[in-house]
This record gives sequence, C-alpha cells and structure tokens, in this order.
Amino acid sequence: MLHIPILRKGNPYKSIDVARVPHYRTRETFVEMSQANAGLIRRDLLEQDKMRAALTAFSTDQLLAMCKAAAEYYMHETLPCGDGEQTADDYVRQLSATTGMPHVLVRRNMKKIYGAMAEMESMIAGLTRGLDLKILDDGFGTHEGHAVSFFARTNSLGVILPSNSPGVHSLWIPAVAMKVALVLKPGSSEPWSPYRVAQAMIKAGIPKEAFGYYPTDHGGSGAILNNCGRGMFFGDSSAVGKYANDSRIELHGTGYSKVIIGEDCIDDWEKYLDVMVASIVENGGRSCINASGVWVPRHGKAIAEAIAARLAEVKPRDEEDPDAQISPFANGEVAKRISGIVDAGLREAGATDETAKYRDSRLVEWNGATYLLPTVVHCDSHEHPLANREFLFPFASVVEVPQDQLLNAIGPSLVVTAITNDQDFIDRIVTSSHVDRLNIGPIPTMHISWDQPHEGNLFEHLYARRAFQRAAATA
Amino acid sequence: MKTELQTKNQAAHAGLDAWVREVVEWHFNPETGTPYWLERARTLDFDPRKDIQTYADLDKFGFFEDEALRGGPVRRWVPKGLGDKPIYVFETGGSTGVPKSRIAHEDFRIDYSEFSETLPDEFFPKGADWLMLGPSGPRRLRLAIEHLAQVRGGIAFCVDLDPRWVIKLIKMGEMQMMEKYKAHVIDQALTILRAHDSVKCMFTTPKLLEALCEKISLKKAGITGVFCGGTEMTPQFHRFAVEELMEGAYFAATYGNTLMGLATHKPFDPADNYAIIYYPPSPRALIEVVDPDEPTKVVEYGQTGRVRLTTLTKEFFMPRFLERDECEREPPCDLYPWDGVRNVRPFSRFQTSVVEGVY
Repeated sequence: MLHIPILRKGNPYKSIDVARVPHYRTRETFVEMSQANAGLIRRDLLEQDKMRAALTAFSTDQLLAMCKAAAEYYMHETLPCGDGEQTADDYVRQLSATTGMPHVLVRRNMKKIYGAMAEMESMIAGLTRGLDLKILDDGFGTHEGHAVSFFARTNSLGVILPSNSPGVHSLWIPAVAMKVALVLKPGSSEPWSPYRVAQAMIKAGIPKEAFGYYPTDHGGSGAILNNCGRGMFFGDSSAVGKYANDSRIELHGTGYSKVIIGEDCIDDWEKYLDVMVASIVENGGRSCINASGVWVPRHGKAIAEAIAARLAEVKPRDEEDPDAQISPFANGEVAKRISGIVDAGLREAGATDETAKYRDSRLVEWNGATYLLPTVVHCDSHEHPLANREFLFPFASVVEVPQDQLLNAIGPSLVVTAITNDQDFIDRIVTSSHVDRLNIGPIPTMHISWDQPHEGNLFEHLYARRAFQRAAATA
Repeated sequence: MKTELQTKNQAAHAGLDAWVREVVEWHFNPETGTPYWLERARTLDFDPRKDIQTYADLDKFGFFEDEALRGGPVRRWVPKGLGDKPIYVFETGGSTGVPKSRIAHEDFRIDYSEFSETLPDEFFPKGADWLMLGPSGPRRLRLAIEHLAQVRGGIAFCVDLDPRWVIKLIKMGEMQMMEKYKAHVIDQALTILRAHDSVKCMFTTPKLLEALCEKISLKKAGITGVFCGGTEMTPQFHRFAVEELMEGAYFAATYGNTLMGLATHKPFDPADNYAIIYYPPSPRALIEVVDPDEPTKVVEYGQTGRVRLTTLTKEFFMPRFLERDECEREPPCDLYPWDGVRNVRPFSRFQTSVVEGVY
C-alpha cells in the first residue's frame, strides 16, 4: 500500500492516524496519507523562523536557479514518494486514480506547474513589478530612482490546498523564491502534487527545512492558518467565509468567471463561440478561472443553444484517452447533490437547460464512475437562482442583461473576458470593483500569463514596504 | 487466556455478582434505597432484590435513560441510607439546557484513591504538589484531582476553566476569543508553575497539554508525571505526547465521566502501538462494548461497538447506559482481569460532531 508521510521540515513522519484515499472508480483504498494532529503542527510551527532561515541563506538568484532545476525534476525525474519512488508517469496515473482527472488533463496541469517553476524569474518580476531582486536579498536598495526597503511579513505561508485541479499549485510555488517557507495542507484526494513539487525543489537544492507538508483535518487546517503569519485558503464559499475578515489569509473561493460581450460585438457572437466553449470546458470545467457565465445584451437563447450543441459532443472517456475532456467525481454522491441543485434551480421559471435535449440525464454512470455532463442553462434574468452559480463541472449560464446594467449585475468575478471594442464600456469595466482579472478581447478565461498576478499578488501578501532613508556613511 | 488470568477473571466475575446483589439490595431496600429507584421498582415486572442475582441480570432493567438525570428534585437520587451525610452534586456538559447531574458523597474520593494506587511513585512522587489544569465549576474533576493530590500527600493548585463558555465561543464561531481564553487558562498555569517548584504532577486535557507545552518545557518546569483525560484521545496524540511533549515524564491517560467514574490506562507497552487501552474500576463501574444494532449483545474481543456503562456504587446505580462513544473490546490483562476498551472515540453514527474546545 502506498503511504504518503507528513513532512516535518522536510523530514518524513509516519503518523498512526491515516486517511485512506480511494481509487475514484473501484472505491478501493489507493493510498494512505499520514494525518497530522493539530498539536504536532503547532509545535512544528514554533520554529518557523528556522524554516525561513534555511531559505534566507541563499540569494534570490540562487533560489530562482534551483526553481528552474526543480521544474525539470518535477516534470521528468523519479522522485521520492513515501517509502518508494515516483516517476513522472506514476505521478500522472496516481493523481488520476484519486481525483478521476484524465491523464491528458493531468499532463496539461503538469505543464502549468512546470511553467511556474521554470518561469519563476518572470513570475517574480510580474509580482514585484520589476523590482531588482537584490533588494529582496539586502532588504533595501534603489528602484526607479527611489530608495526602497521591503521586509517579509511572515516566516511561512500556510496553504490549505484543494483537490479540484493541480494547476492551482502554481500560485504558492513562488513563495520559495521569495524566501518564505511553505506549510502545505494537501487536498484530501490530491496529495500528490504538493508532495512532488516539494521533492523536486529539495532535489534541486532548496533546503528541506523550508517545507512542511501536513495532511490533516479541519483542526489541523486551522492550526496552519492561525499560526502561519500569512495564509492561502482554497475552498468553496462556505469554507472560506470563516476567514473573510482575516487580512492575513488570501482566499481562493469560487471564481464566478465570465465571458461578457458588448453591444458592439454581440451580433457577431458566432465568431466567439470557440472562446466561450473553451472558457467553459477546458480543464474539465474544474477551475475557478473557468467561465460559469456568458453575459450578453441579446441573442442569449441562440448563444446558449450553440454552446449546448458543442458541449453535447463532450462525453465521458477513458482516463487514458487523449481526447478526454471531463473528469468523473471521486465521490459520486457529490455529483448527485450538484445535479440536484441544478434541477432545483431549473424548477424556477425563467431558466432552460439547453443541453437537456441532447441526453437523458446530466448525471451519468460510465465505466464504474459518476460524471456530470457539461450543462448550459439559458436564464432570461440575472436574478434567476442559476444565473450566477459555479459548480465543479463544465456548467455555464447564458444570461441576457442590458449592457448598461451588466456591470452592476455580474457580482464579484475572478476573470472577465470582455469582448468589446466600445471604449466607454471598456472604461467602465476597467473601473469595476467586481472584476478581478481582466481580458479584453476574445481571450479564453483560462488563459493566463506568468507575469500577471492572479487573485491577489503573492509578493504584496508576503512582503511589506517600509519607509527608508539612509544617511551617507560618515568618515 | 492464560490459566492464571482465567482464574483471576473468574474470581472477578464472582466478586462482581456479589457486589451487584449488595448494591441492588441497597438501592431498592425501602430503608436504604434511592427514591428514584424505589419509585421505578413499582413499574417493573420483577423484584430487583430477588430477581437480580448476577451482573447479567441487570439486563432486566433495560437501558438507562440519562434524561432522568436532568432537572430536579435532585434529592430523589440520594439514597436514604446516606441519611444526612453531606452531599455534592456534579454536572456534565450543559452548554445549553439543563445539564445531567449526579449526586456524590464519597464516590469521587474512593475512585481517585483507588486510581492513585495505579500511579507510579517514581513519576508521581508522594508529597509532590499538583497542578489541576482542567475544568472547574460544577464538575467533579476539580475536587477529584484535589483529593488525588491530598491522598498522595500533596496539595493541588487549580485554575479557573469554564468549558461551557468555550463551547459557546466555538458555536458562535468566535475562534479568536476561544484562543484568547485558552491563553488565559495557560497563563494561570504558567504563573503557578513558575511560582511553585513543588509542583511535579499535573492533570490536564489533551488540548491544554499541547498548549502548555507550546509555552514551556515540562522537564524544565519540573513536571515528572502527567495525568491526562477529559476529552477524546487518539493513538497519534498519545504518541505525540509521549515522544514530543513529555520529555521523560510519565503519561497516564484516562477515560471517564461524571456518571461512571474513571477508567485506568493500561501501562505503556510498545506492542500496543500507542493504542489507548482503559480498564474500568470493576466492580464499581464497568465498561462494555456492545453491538450498536443490538446493544444487549457484547461484541467479540477486538471488534468495534458502542460503549455501554454500568455504575454500581452505594451512591449511584446506573445500569446499562449507552454512551455516545465507540471503541474496540479489549481482553482482560494481568493487572485488570476483566474487559477493557481500546481507542474510545465519539460514536460514528451520530452525525453531529461533539464540540470539544480547549478543555
């Protein structure tokens, strides 16, 4: 039986308490994860200063070089995994086994994580807005002609990770290059990625002391978030709500990302069908940057029908099928509950499941696993209960809203792809506090560039600038 | 089972049956009996004084309904035989509503005097003072630990800790306030430890032990023995405590509650892999592991089941109470030749989790 241990300052620790993670299809235990008790975590975190000191012994340039090497190890090499070893192919198979994610999607996410490490330099440049990285080493320096000084607000970043999509791991990885130690709580069915990233980094020379890896329960998660100076929490709206007023913790909840089309482009909507479909279905619709809404001033019904026709082609496929686009649910009961929520919404007047005519049910059992087929709902009002929902499968609502009301109605939206050339509309979008990440033009919501911070700026989360003056040295 | 152990086990059974007869006679005799049970006897289709001859006969009472312990008059639980003896009342839980209560005269002293005999003097030195870092107020634990210290020739220093407030804070989502309250409790403990070198032993709960050890080294504070209980304890916590918190001090885990008394831990054996094994203070109280679907049936050794408590003292009679815990049934051992329990934890069939705070 595979066993993934806790990492205490990089050292494996096998707990007596274990969580058994099943194979998504057979439901037989596939891997055991050591579970950390909250007290053990808190005790380890008493030495966060030592964890960080292991990183500050290196220059940022050295750490960036190690991250670059780690990218290759992560992508290609055999690395320790519990008592044994793990090849890159093992990693793909194992991650797929516990999450259901098809291999082809796992590999796409691998490239994203690889990119985060390999392109760390440009990522850090984006996060710091081109700061001379020597300033991070020295603590002060000159930037654009001004004396500046930055200090780390924390010794460690505690991260409560999800299981939905490995790509999210690209968000916390830069902390290492910023000399902030990592305290990771893996998702309950995706222990693989953070463990492999940590092992790749250790192999590349980053001190193992900088890594804490604690599979644990809610109490343990609380111990991480309460005791690390800064945190990052991935979860649904109800889970992250508890920390909504805690500025130490960056929340990554539901995205409610959207494609919106302006009056000036809406009559050409067919030209943007590919962008809409890709935004909804890429990565199996599991990301917070997947579009869960297409908001338009008119043609909503026709757009919904056209998207539905395209999404109806997406079928469950074998995990090894290179054309697989959607993932089954590791827990079929979750799929049933989600489908039930959609059905309950459809019982309220004003919404139509445009994909329904292509199949008997959105909830299907295939090859021993439970899937939710991509679903597009047309809503005739933004106030309909399904107009602004996000689920863990390709689901989107096409909502008709007059352009002058749209920005008030969309609500907080992690990514907005705005298809318009109307400068007045663009100006209003740019100033909207609802829009976090903005793509202007037909760019799928899923497309990100490394130099653009996503959902908060990690550098600003981890570092603060202090007022700084230095007198000339006296003789 | 080894022959010697078998003999001890049989003797324990015989002693238990005799004790059952004595206790039932006491509680159901109109001269000495307990008003609640005397009243209850009128509704029974058997005569307890005649028909209860063995421990097994207690099944005739059915399962004890602990709701009877909520509210008054509390005097209905005081046996007439205790006459005008001074009576305590101890409460359980009670973050909302009326708590369950148990009257006591000497039981807590007897329980803890007996328990004292199981503590190794090397780690719990006679004459050493104690720190009681656990719930205060209407709980029996505070007085019980104080008695334990006294019976061992020491004095117990206590802190204020209201677990009902902690539970309310957690239910309100006031986690930061809960942490502040925990810090306040730990501060009291630190003050005592810094001011009194004579404190070598302590009682505390798992969470408070962790919190205390985040502030000080037990070894540097001079603590040589820790008696720990009050809330669920996992084998992993047991290992963590022994390997990382104790620094050579003795770790004595207990399981108990106001209704039963306290069960004694089996001395540490590496072969148990930190499983927490308890033995009840037979014949004064027994813990059995029963089939949750058929709670009159005791499960096989090693099997998981629901905890069923029976308390048999002259002060309190509580037959066949189904506790909100589950565990594995443990065979007798040389030290305790009767059934024990392994790894007690909240009953998994109850979906609502038990709120356990700092205490």
